[in-house]
Amino acid sequence: MKDNSSQASNPLTRLWRNQESRGVIIQIITITLLFAIIALIGRNVVINLAALDKEFSFTFLTWPAAYDIGFSPFLEYTSQSTHLKAAAVGLLNTLLVAITGCIFASILGFTLGILRLSKNWLVNRIAYTFVEFMRNVPVLIHILAIYSLIITLMPPVKKALDLGGGQFFISNRGFYMPSPVFEPGAWMVGVAMIVAILSVFLFRRWAKKVQDNTGKIYPVFWISIGIIFGLTGIVFIAAGMPLSWDVPALKGFNFKGGMAIKPEFLALWLALSYYTACFIAEIVRAGILAVSHGQTEASKALGLRNNRVLQLVVIPQALRIIIPPLSSQYLNLTKNSSLAIAIGYMDITATLGGISLMQTGKEMETMILVMGVYLLISLCISGYMNWFNRRIKLTER
Amino acid sequence: MKLKTTVTLSAALLALGVTSAAQAGTLEDVQGRGVLRCVTSTGIAGFAQPDANGVWRGFDVDFCRATAAAVLGDANKIEAVTSTGKTRFTKLNAGEGDVLWRNTTITFTRDVGVKLRFHGVNYYDGQGFMVRKDLGVNSAMELDGASVCIQTGTTTELNLSDYFNTNGMKYEPVTIETNDEGRQNYESGRCDVYTTDASGLASTRSALPDPDAHVVLPEIISKEPLGPATRHGDDQWSDIVTWVLNATITAEELGVTSQNVDAMKDSKNPEVRRLLGTDGSQGEELGLSNDWAYQIIKQVGNYGEIFENNIGVNTPLGIARGLNALWTNGGLLYSPPFR
Ligand SMILES: N[C@@H](CCC(=O)N[C@@H](CS)C(=O)NCC(=O)O)C(=O)O
Repeated sequence: MKDNSSQASNPLTRLWRNQESRGVIIQIITITLLFAIIALIGRNVVINLAALDKEFSFTFLTWPAAYDIGFSPFLEYTSQSTHLKAAAVGLLNTLLVAITGCIFASILGFTLGILRLSKNWLVNRIAYTFVEFMRNVPVLIHILAIYSLIITLMPPVKKALDLGGGQFFISNRGFYMPSPVFEPGAWMVGVAMIVAILSVFLFRRWAKKVQDNTGKIYPVFWISIGIIFGLTGIVFIAAGMPLSWDVPALKGFNFKGGMAIKPEFLALWLALSYYTACFIAEIVRAGILAVSHGQTEASKALGLRNNRVLQLVVIPQALRIIIPPLSSQYLNLTKNSSLAIAIGYMDITATLGGISLMQTGKEMETMILVMGVYLLISLCISGYMNWFNRRIKLTER
Repeated sequence: MKLKTTVTLSAALLALGVTSAAQAGTLEDVQGRGVLRCVTSTGIAGFAQPDANGVWRGFDVDFCRATAAAVLGDANKIEAVTSTGKTRFTKLNAGEGDVLWRNTTITFTRDVGVKLRFHGVNYYDGQGFMVRKDLGVNSAMELDGASVCIQTGTTTELNLSDYFNTNGMKYEPVTIETNDEGRQNYESGRCDVYTTDASGLASTRSALPDPDAHVVLPEIISKEPLGPATRHGDDQWSDIVTWVLNATITAEELGVTSQNVDAMKDSKNPEVRRLLGTDGSQGEELGLSNDWAYQIIKQVGNYGEIFENNIGVNTPLGIARGLNALWTNGGLLYSPPFR
């Protein structure tokens, strides 16, 4: 940068006037301030903890938790397990609702976004009203509302609704269904499925090559389905159907056997999904609208059918616009899942950041861990989305 | 993104770091502020609940009022810092409240691990179970496989786990945060059983639409000595809270009530005269005015009055004195002497 004011004699002033050195100075000041603040906070924490006679230590993680957790689908947990294990159960529950929530929110969001573009006035308006209503009510209200709906509208467990042949039941304690029981020989079916999936990959690679070379298009989708179901099915029958079902049945106070989706999970998952889906719908709509209409017309002029136009021309370009804001929706959903605590879903905030915190009095330690965990999950999500974004980026040839 | 998370993180830490717990000098803080802040529950009929005018009432609230009467000379200068079972100690330790009067059990961990100061028992309680009558359950030993509603962050959830484990029974814990949520879940049938302190059960039952359709099972599975708590590091304040509680008990023992307290000032009994500040300077030694206990009894009442007004047999809760009778009447209440 040229110095066009009067020539400064003071070297400090000159440093400041120079854009490059000014940048460095500002950065140094900012970082010093940042460290000063952190040091101040650290000092305050130490003083306050000392005044309360508390010491800072993480050994409590190895103590027995002494409390029970009602929902631990992945880990064997008892009240004799440690606080660390309770935290792990909570973390897995957080991940469960975050991942299933992101999947459902995406499906619903893309559908709603496309419906919002529908030329059918009624469909368009319905989607519009849904989106506008849902995203303008705080998500906590949605969670509480869905939960109360489930526990007050669904029949009590003794009068559970039989949804089909004594296999599926619904009550205000959850949705019960048979769970698969693998018998000896089931591993062969598993191997067959893996082999089938691998062959589908190879087949797709090959089909693409054929298409690139000759222009011949195979019905890839249907053939893939055929391979997966066909191969797995044949092995399943050949192995003597090594699978049976554990059917839930009402015994005493509750259903025993089978699998259950608890109302706490259901309410949280549904509310987070449709709430986030409404934001995704708007993102998708904007993304598709941003692909200029001329592109669609040009592809049609080339003789492409409607779904091919979408698949090959519109969606790849729309995705580039959709992905970055979509990542922040995934982050939002994950962080909002900590509202689980309002209805007693045992996520990491409820176990480590809730009961463990309270039963041990280690507020500082548990909160640092909980924040670290959310930070880590968020970094993983944005890392993945950034990678995906780079992959679909416009590669100029 | 990275910057954003760094900033959020440090902001959160900042919040944790700078909420400076008010240390020694709680008495001056309270008197300077002119209001006593008590950590109370979010609402439990008879113990702590706002009335139709938004004024907090109840057994625990009356002890908070008694403390305010002693410290500020006016029982109405209180502020309820509501907290769930889970947040109460954090709120106290972070300095949001001056004292905790909230059906809180004295335990080893809370005393030694959470670093609270306890000051005696204002209610001897124990954990019980409530079920619907039509379930036909007569004993807690028949509860194998039941869904049980519990409040998170309480001794309740620990006792429950121990009780079912030692008796080889299973249960589904349905964990909720406040008593109101617990009642809703119980009413809708999300759980078969509601468990908490027996006093809490009496309160919850009284708030149900048809209390007679529910029974409290005979088993009491734990000891729950409930009492006030303060932070470490302020012995003067600890003494004040201890002796506020003792004053209410001693007043009942000596027959001093809100009705006769003015006449009792001239009593011939030297302990009554010391308690009410006619003789001696006990109030001043605590750092209070000499009529501190007189104000408690005049404005709020003695232990028996506090009990009967809020939770006694003539209230919807209908709790008998039981263990909470004076030691002279076969109960456990026993205050060190004012000497
Ligand atoms: N005494 C037990 C339980 C205390 C407790 O949380 N009791 C419940 C039910 S009696 C309560 O006070 N709830 C009021 C609220 O939800 O704020 C403890 O200290 O952990």
